[in-house]
Amino acid sequence: MSSDDGLIEIVNVTKAFGTGERRFLALGGVNATIRKGEFFTLLGPSGCGKTTLLRLIAGFELPTSGEILLDGQEIGHLPPYRRPVNTVFQNYALFPHMTVAENISFGLEMLNKPKAEIASTVERMLALVKMSELAGRRTDQLSGGQQQRVALARALAPQPKVLLLDEPLSALDLKLRKEMQVELKRIQHETGITFIFVTHDQEEALTMSDRIAVMAKGNILQIGSPSEIYNAPAARFVADFIGDINFIEGQVVVAGEKTAQIRLPGGQVLTARASRPVEGPVTLAIRPEKVGLRHADDDDVPLSGTVTNLVYFGSGTNVHVDVGLGADIVARATAPKVALGDRVGLDLHVTDLSVLAE
Amino acid sequence: MSVRQEIATPAEADAALRAAIRQREREAFRNRWLLLAPAVGLIGCVGLLPLALTMIYSFLEPGTYGGVTWSFSTGAYEQFLFDRDLFDETILTFNPSYVIIFARSIFLALVATVGTLIVGYPTAYFIATRPRESRNLWLFLITLPFWTNLLIRTYAMLLIIRDEGLVNALLMGVGVVNQPVGILYTDFAVFLGLIYSFLPFMVLPVYASLEKLDFRLVEAAYDLYATRWRVLRRVVIPATRPGIIAGCILVFIPGLGAYITPELLGGGKKLMIGNMIALQFGTARNWPFGSAAALILMAMVVLMLFVVMRRSGRQMSHG
Ligand SMILES: Nc1ncnc2c1ncn2[C@@H]1O[C@H](COP(=O)(O)OP(=O)(O)OP(=O)(O)O)[C@@H](O)[C@H]1O
Ligand SMILES: [Mg+2]
Repeated sequence: MSSDDGLIEIVNVTKAFGTGERRFLALGGVNATIRKGEFFTLLGPSGCGKTTLLRLIAGFELPTSGEILLDGQEIGHLPPYRRPVNTVFQNYALFPHMTVAENISFGLEMLNKPKAEIASTVERMLALVKMSELAGRRTDQLSGGQQQRVALARALAPQPKVLLLDEPLSALDLKLRKEMQVELKRIQHETGITFIFVTHDQEEALTMSDRIAVMAKGNILQIGSPSEIYNAPAARFVADFIGDINFIEGQVVVAGEKTAQIRLPGGQVLTARASRPVEGPVTLAIRPEKVGLRHADDDDVPLSGTVTNLVYFGSGTNVHVDVGLGADIVARATAPKVALGDRVGLDLHVTDLSVLAE
Repeated sequence: MSVRQEIATPAEADAALRAAIRQREREAFRNRWLLLAPAVGLIGCVGLLPLALTMIYSFLEPGTYGGVTWSFSTGAYEQFLFDRDLFDETILTFNPSYVIIFARSIFLALVATVGTLIVGYPTAYFIATRPRESRNLWLFLITLPFWTNLLIRTYAMLLIIRDEGLVNALLMGVGVVNQPVGILYTDFAVFLGLIYSFLPFMVLPVYASLEKLDFRLVEAAYDLYATRWRVLRRVVIPATRPGIIAGCILVFIPGLGAYITPELLGGGKKLMIGNMIALQFGTARNWPFGSAAALILMAMVVLMLFVVMRRSGRQMSHG
């Protein structure tokens, strides 16, 4: 079960709230291994259990069943103050009666570190988050972005093994948010601390993470690098949640080791990538930007149809094509030379067309 | 006046705008005073007027059968500290008995304040951490004693702690003691009575500030390796300091001037300021001295409030 570089292992963790009639299973058997030094993101829609999982790791909630291991030690039942894990709270939760520096030194004081060490660490942290000038400020006199930095410094000061961040950027406006994304990456890089980051913003997850766990309804559906998640979604939900995607339904006719031949309702046969042997009815998925536009009468195009809509969005245009499958297939191109009503061919390359697990 | 569109120069526009703002400020000022008028009237009639009267009385001479005779004298204030020689009116000897009463009152009120804080803070914390729906019920229970007259409640207390009362019956029944423990008519009895009657005044403001406390701060402190006790000391108590100060003021000040409790439970033997003042207007028939004592008490309270406000104000602004 334990792998070499696994820092945190979450093993069959469930969490139920309430009892009897009002019992609600917020997490239904979660498994994950988080590697040392990585930027790990929990991504999922509202209410899927991201915060719950984070609170279980922090120790604010106890698991109903299952284990949480840190460096091979079971920590799932320790109180928060006995876990070498710190949290950056969504609303920062800075101590209002303390200054910036006092907030940052709090954790070190609670660990009974020597005064000199506390002072030097606080200074280092202030520099790390670029807040040295405001050390003596009270935290309620700071802007949102500054509070964010203090919260980060406060959680990093005790040098935790893992830093938990629950949607730390969601309260910031777009511009500041982009800035802080870069800052967070830099800080993670400089400190080398493992980050577990929660967001429901797929773009944020894709740009920042080393690996992403996509969650839905209390379960992790897929764990993988951003490009794996984006290009080879394992489940329809994952594919749908992250970016735009086309779904095509069909029947497996030939199943190979890595690929499968799928017959569409219209009789066309497509070759798609499959991570495992498949059979019966399946769903294929392909990103709009991977769909190639060709002439309708090119003889090797698997699908053709008429252009029903053109949606311009700055960096490109979405071409909606009716190929007689019910839903239109969307192709994204920078400057397509097509007009409404044109007949076009669609190129669906086997490496970009994947068979979904369910 | 309004800012018209066709004004010619920027200077004119500025002037018009300034005039409009002034006009609005004048209206706001008038509205403020209209709203305040009833309160000001009431405070004037039932607060300032009697106070002025008390002030005047304190500088007069006592009438033989109560009341005052209208001749100026600072005798009342001198009496607070000194005895006048029977034969030679100019000889003053220091008499600490009134100062002692003041000191004891301050001591008792302080102890009662600390007592209510020790009992009241956990109570308020308990209520503030209940589910929202049940908090109102708990608050209702806290205010329940107010439904009965203080006199009756204090009398009930007397029945409980007197030599033949419940407490002693229990102690003797269990065999802890074989003679009644004299609780009634001691400072301890007054202390108990004060805590009992002033507890809600501590619980309510402390609860109000605990309820506003963001419990995520508590979580943050736990997360940063603070144990329960240190969370309480470093986060919860500092964050609820305004409620604690308000509660202490609400208990200490009325506690200082308490009348019924020391009268009944202290048996009138252990005088507190309130009883001493009442005595002057009653059997002692020394209205000027009663007035002077009341004013001295008030001056002390105002002074203490001032110091507390300044200090807590400074703490607020400097963290
Ligand atoms: N203390 C609790 N008592 C009962 N139900 C809870 C409690 N905490 C969370 N839940 C439920 O558990 C589910 C998961 O909640 P959680 O806060 O983990 O979601 P989330 O993924 O963080 O969502 P969001 O993106 O909105 O923050 C929700 O349906 C929520 O209502
Ligand atoms: Mg959440």
